[in-house]
Amino acid sequence: MADYKTKEEFGDKTVTVPVADLVPYAKSLKAKGFEFLMDVCGVDYPERAKRFEVVYHFFSLANKERLRVKVEVGEGEKVPTLTGVWKGANWFERETWDMFGIEFDGHPYLERLLTHHEFKGHPLRKDYPADYQQHLSHSMPIHFQDRDNESRENFVPLNIGPSHPATHGTLRIMAELDGETINRANVEIGYLHRCFEKMAETHAYNQVIPYTDRLNYCSAPINNVAYCMAVEKMLGVEVPPKAQAMRVILMELSRIIDHIVCLGAGAVDLGALTGFFHLFTYREMVYSLFEKLCGARLTVSLTRVGGMAQNAPAGWYKDVLETCDKIEVGVKELERLLITNKIFIKRTTDVGTISKEDAINWGYTGPLLRATGVEYDLRKTQPYYMYDELDFDIPVGTTGDVYDRFLVRVEEMKQSLKIIRQVSKNIPEGDYTIRDKNIVLPEKKEVYGNIEGLMNHFMLVINGLRPPKGEIYSAVEGANGELGFYLVSDGSGRPYRLKVRPPCFAIYQSLPEQVEGGLVADVITVLGSMNVIAGELDR
Amino acid sequence: MATSEETSKVTSAELELERQASQFAITTKLDDFVAWGRKNSMWPLPYGTACCGIELMSVMGPKYDLARFGAEVVRFSPRQADLLLVAGTITEKMVPILVRIYEQMLEPKYVLSMGACASSGGFYRAYHVLQGIDKVIPVDVYVPGCPPTPEAVLDGVMSLQKMIADGHPRPWKKNWKRPDFLKNMNTQATENTIAASSEALVKTAQA
Repeated sequence: MADYKTKEEFGDKTVTVPVADLVPYAKSLKAKGFEFLMDVCGVDYPERAKRFEVVYHFFSLANKERLRVKVEVGEGEKVPTLTGVWKGANWFERETWDMFGIEFDGHPYLERLLTHHEFKGHPLRKDYPADYQQHLSHSMPIHFQDRDNESRENFVPLNIGPSHPATHGTLRIMAELDGETINRANVEIGYLHRCFEKMAETHAYNQVIPYTDRLNYCSAPINNVAYCMAVEKMLGVEVPPKAQAMRVILMELSRIIDHIVCLGAGAVDLGALTGFFHLFTYREMVYSLFEKLCGARLTVSLTRVGGMAQNAPAGWYKDVLETCDKIEVGVKELERLLITNKIFIKRTTDVGTISKEDAINWGYTGPLLRATGVEYDLRKTQPYYMYDELDFDIPVGTTGDVYDRFLVRVEEMKQSLKIIRQVSKNIPEGDYTIRDKNIVLPEKKEVYGNIEGLMNHFMLVINGLRPPKGEIYSAVEGANGELGFYLVSDGSGRPYRLKVRPPCFAIYQSLPEQVEGGLVADVITVLGSMNVIAGELDR
Repeated sequence: MATSEETSKVTSAELELERQASQFAITTKLDDFVAWGRKNSMWPLPYGTACCGIELMSVMGPKYDLARFGAEVVRFSPRQADLLLVAGTITEKMVPILVRIYEQMLEPKYVLSMGACASSGGFYRAYHVLQGIDKVIPVDVYVPGCPPTPEAVLDGVMSLQKMIADGHPRPWKKNWKRPDFLKNMNTQATENTIAASSEALVKTAQA
């Protein structure tokens, strides 16, 4: 296989493969241990003879190695589908078709995924104007992936969402019931498709940060950090230890409040309202910490490329430690309320069980994958920042059912508390950002105090920071799993292409298969355990 | 012609009656009475689609507690709700559903637009985002912010309460009609589905 064009850039290995060889090559990769297909996306280069690139990201857990595979295709050319090798390729390929119009030969259901069904054109092509809206005249009736949409005798069609309390967002589930049992199911997404990737292409690098907040809005700081990390890797800079410490604290606090939403809202769906109201007290405490740090509660946008936006106020780390003590009490109460609750156990055990192999096949990451027993956590597998120096464990489950998923999340909250305590007690001295004048804006006293500062500020605002040409895939462990950013730079002040690999996108596509044959009440249980955040799912 | 003495006699008798009545009754205009009832028992339908939906959870939660303003009975059925709380971005794909839900709500009905996205599209000047829900449904109160703080949402609800109490005219509501691009909205499909499902239910029951 050495005859393919390979390239190494920013530590990422890329192989360009001819279209015809894609499937055999992917199979050989799978045999060599690349068991995860993390991401599939397209990139549009209108000036090239072969206009599109389809980019695949593979990951091998055993070798802790990543590989990027590319195929180049022209307008109207078809790419063979990888759904036969990885089930998880399904939605990623559908999205690529939706966004770029690249056809996948042999795909079982190549329909619009994120945009609505009356949408004309492919919005992520460079010639589609970012602000050209198209109205939708009616919503889609109930439909299924086998395209047999006529209602059949003895079966009852059921529609849940997109405005339904149990979906906590804008998800739509369609099912065909045989009594209480689900005969067929399908999901429709895209109700919160806010065009993040197109917006990123039309904004300067630092202006993208507020958009990243609104991907997984339950744990916004993790997205900020993941994005900034990708840009920083490309620029070849490392943030100072103090900024790293602040980022780790923010990320772990976010992980806790994200799990709180998942557990609290998941429990509400099962009829346990107390847990939700009780847990929100602790979520509010973390909000207060964020508010003290930067003024915002939910969407903090506190990171900047190169470091943090500002220093923490005096006494903030002490507040963090005190809040940790309070949250610890809350987690213990949560265990007593839910985890040892007879009804809760009966509703969640042996529901939504999935094997290790299936989970990997679908592209599961994060707590759901760990619940099946796979020890994959980026904080340990490919540690970033100071995680390799910290003492914490990766909780794993055994069966992969909903109960295990909740157990893993509860245990992760405890581990996050452990991490926050270790970091908060030893905050490194030094600056909170790098001081490279081509990347970070000068401080206000410099801008108003001397002409160099003013000019530096002016030039950076006008030109923006400019990473070198190239591409990078950088991932962190988000609250729901691997949150990856694939960034292509053409050397200008704006990203050429920014693709997010959202963890729940890969997970949620498996819902129909997981619930088919089960009871209709279990759909809600499984959905609650997946913690699907529409902002991240639809982007 | 009554003397001044007689007039004062009648007045004092009336005063006495009023004094006694005040111990067990209040007097008001019917409109005011109804408005008072309406403003203090708004049943919201939380139409949370995005980040604002999470902040809306905080508004309902223990610290901010919307119940203090009589709006804690959350209804997910539009037939039972009278305040549509649109919290979050509305995409083009979501528009028909939002309008449908608004149309299903019974009078009197109010709309509160929470956050920049619902009010104007926010910073998503993008191909799949509706640039403000007031393009498709009438909005009574706009709450700015991205997302607004819970205090701001409470303030928005209180503003709406004041509007109701004062009988504020609502021309945007009075003149509202369904937007043109939705005029052929296919409600038939869902009606058919419902009919089919009830038919199927009957058949199953018969079998």
